[in-house]
Amino acid sequence: MDWLPGAASSYAADLDRMFYVILVITGLILVGVQVALVYFIIKYRGRAGRRASYIEGSTKAEVIWTVIPAVIVVGIAVASQTVWSKLKDPDRFPSAGLEVNVEARQFAWAITYPGTDGELGTEDDYVRYNEMYVPVNRPVVFNLTSVDVVHSFFVPAFRIKQDAVPGLNTRAWFEATEVGEYELACAELCGVAHGLMKGKIVVLPEDEYDSWAAEQS
Amino acid sequence: MGTAAPAAAPLADAYHDESSFIRKYIFSTDHKTIGIQFLFASLAFLTLGGVLAIMLRWQLGFPGQELPGIGVVAPKFYNSLVTMHGTFMIFFAVMPLLVGVFGNYLIPLKIGAPDMAFPRLNMLSFWIFMLSGVVMTASLFVEGGAAGAGWTAYAPLSAVPQYTGVSLGQQLWIVSIVLFGASSLLGSVNYITTVINMRAPGMTLFRMPLSIWALFITAIIALLAIPVLAAAVIMLFFDQTLGTTFFLPADGGQPLLWQHLFWFFGHPEVYILILPAMGIVSDVIANGSRKPVFGYHSMVLAIIAIAFLGWITWGHHMFQSGMNPLLGTSFMISTMAIAVPSAIKVFNWLGTMWRGNLRFHTPMLWAIGFVSLFTVGGLSGIFMAANTVDIFIHDTYFIVAHIHYVLFGGSLMAIFAAIYFWFPSMFGRMMNETWGKIHFALTFVFYNLTFFPMHILGMAGHMRRIYDPTQYEFLQPYQPMNKFITLSAILLFAAQLPFIVNFFWSLFRGKKAGLNPWQDNGLEWTVPSPPPHGNFATTPTVYRGPYEYSSPGAEADYLPQNVPLSGGREPVGAGTGEG
Repeated sequence: MDWLPGAASSYAADLDRMFYVILVITGLILVGVQVALVYFIIKYRGRAGRRASYIEGSTKAEVIWTVIPAVIVVGIAVASQTVWSKLKDPDRFPSAGLEVNVEARQFAWAITYPGTDGELGTEDDYVRYNEMYVPVNRPVVFNLTSVDVVHSFFVPAFRIKQDAVPGLNTRAWFEATEVGEYELACAELCGVAHGLMKGKIVVLPEDEYDSWAAEQS
Repeated sequence: MGTAAPAAAPLADAYHDESSFIRKYIFSTDHKTIGIQFLFASLAFLTLGGVLAIMLRWQLGFPGQELPGIGVVAPKFYNSLVTMHGTFMIFFAVMPLLVGVFGNYLIPLKIGAPDMAFPRLNMLSFWIFMLSGVVMTASLFVEGGAAGAGWTAYAPLSAVPQYTGVSLGQQLWIVSIVLFGASSLLGSVNYITTVINMRAPGMTLFRMPLSIWALFITAIIALLAIPVLAAAVIMLFFDQTLGTTFFLPADGGQPLLWQHLFWFFGHPEVYILILPAMGIVSDVIANGSRKPVFGYHSMVLAIIAIAFLGWITWGHHMFQSGMNPLLGTSFMISTMAIAVPSAIKVFNWLGTMWRGNLRFHTPMLWAIGFVSLFTVGGLSGIFMAANTVDIFIHDTYFIVAHIHYVLFGGSLMAIFAAIYFWFPSMFGRMMNETWGKIHFALTFVFYNLTFFPMHILGMAGHMRRIYDPTQYEFLQPYQPMNKFITLSAILLFAAQLPFIVNFFWSLFRGKKAGLNPWQDNGLEWTVPSPPPHGNFATTPTVYRGPYEYSSPGAEADYLPQNVPLSGGREPVGAGTGEG
């Protein structure tokens, strides 16, 4: 099944697995309900001389179809939470191979790199727009904010989405696992050019990334 | 008026409605007339909402191509289309169709009351709603265009005209919503008071039909949620016009505060949009199955559970918002919990049909369609309730698919069921059955062709509210699907024509309804259609619950709530309908 985009990050598989597990469970329930509906429509269609069965309910049935869905949703919640905390809890982020600032604005992404001293907030930082260069197989941690309205940093191939909120600094991370170029989109309505606010993540082999970074300074 | 039964005195004065035309039909205080006024107004807004949808779908399916008669849809206009489609559909179509039309029309009739507790307040509620609708419609034509920040109006986008290029339109949106809120609150007060105080003797709470339970609980939700919306939009108005910064980062403001306030209203709002639909579906399925609703008490408890839990799930709209990730955990738990009572309801509807003697009249077809499609919508909700999966599908077309399966496949189908079912009561004539079935079949097919593919678009990562999907390489392979959806949507819109024609034709030329054309147990069918002013010549006495279909105690396969049983099995005073 390849309706989900090609995955290129370290945690994409965890997220995708959650998706497919839910798909199977809900798919089975969906088919069950639709089949029951069709079956009842055919089997219990009204005919002269028939009378419906006067049945008010069944406590046993109520218990069964309360407990089973409850167990299913609790299971899904627990599984989802395990992945969630890995992706979103800043205390659990891997240590950064690269840390950048991402500042969203109408209608571009401003990425600030740390420069040769490897530290953000120093004089050798440099800013690039709409293209984020990162090394493959190294965790990239970024500080996300906005200068105007709420935007959202969305890289489908990495399965990352994080809102960029003015006045807030939100930390997020990904680790790209395949060299290539991946589209970045804004996923929160942010004005007239919301749909044009695209960028790309350029994932390079480590040595090529280092050369690129050196060239920027 | 106390809670004890009023004396069964004839309401002789009620029949002599010698008022002028204006008093009777324009400034009416009769709940039935007000319900019908809401019906005409809401159906008009529903049509407008549909037109806006077709226009935005045109741009998505054929980016940059001229919309016949209008020209190319510009990006700013596109944002307004998206915003106003959602706004009109939620506030001016679905909510008034369920709550304004059927809340008004059904509550007094089905509980055995002569009218609402506060008839003049009721009239005021309708006219304030109309004013609100006029303001919202006017906002489409003002300089700068209509609001363009989404129906969700996130700040700071919505708070600062420079961010959207819209100024007056965004302010009028707020004025309209405040007026709407006032109308809604008046309605809630009326419905709650009426249900508590004016039930006929014998009509205990647990003998009320589920439609009334649902409308009652919905009125309570609205009473508590709408003021939050009103407060939020007023604060937004101040940010827009007075230099405050409630939702702007300067001077200690918080953009996320808008989201919390909006969704604290917004999540209960979606239960306002679905619960009355569920209640109506229960009534119609019982009637169509000739069987009691399976698990009536569980169904009531499920309505209450949904209403209660709905207050603590709002943060699932904000999983990716930048709020503390711990809230992503707590809101996931409450959201998963609320799936359970919804599932219970679906199983109970199936249980109602099981071993029934099914009649497939037009309302029953819509009700079955509701069960089928609401199940899709409810199950798709599980994906986004899982906080991890939501990372990917948030703000994609997967969400759009979910919304429309529950609001159109769910609420709107129940609304159609209700219109076909209670049209005879309102107007004394039947709608044409054949055309009703054609309307259902075409809508069901084109609905699924339009909205099911949106799940696939969402899985591909297709964002919401974007102007031109072809700008993204990863979306280009899905452009044929976008075209397909657009074409299906146009056919879906066209499929409503049989309904429009049928509706108006039947008003004047429909087959006369006679007494109780659906052989239903509701009290509204024990009086002539349309019911006279004051509804009941004498206050009915209720002897049983609302779903005594195929009861062993009666020869007919239905037994209205107010019919006393004689010593034998023949109900005294039955002999109604062709049964």
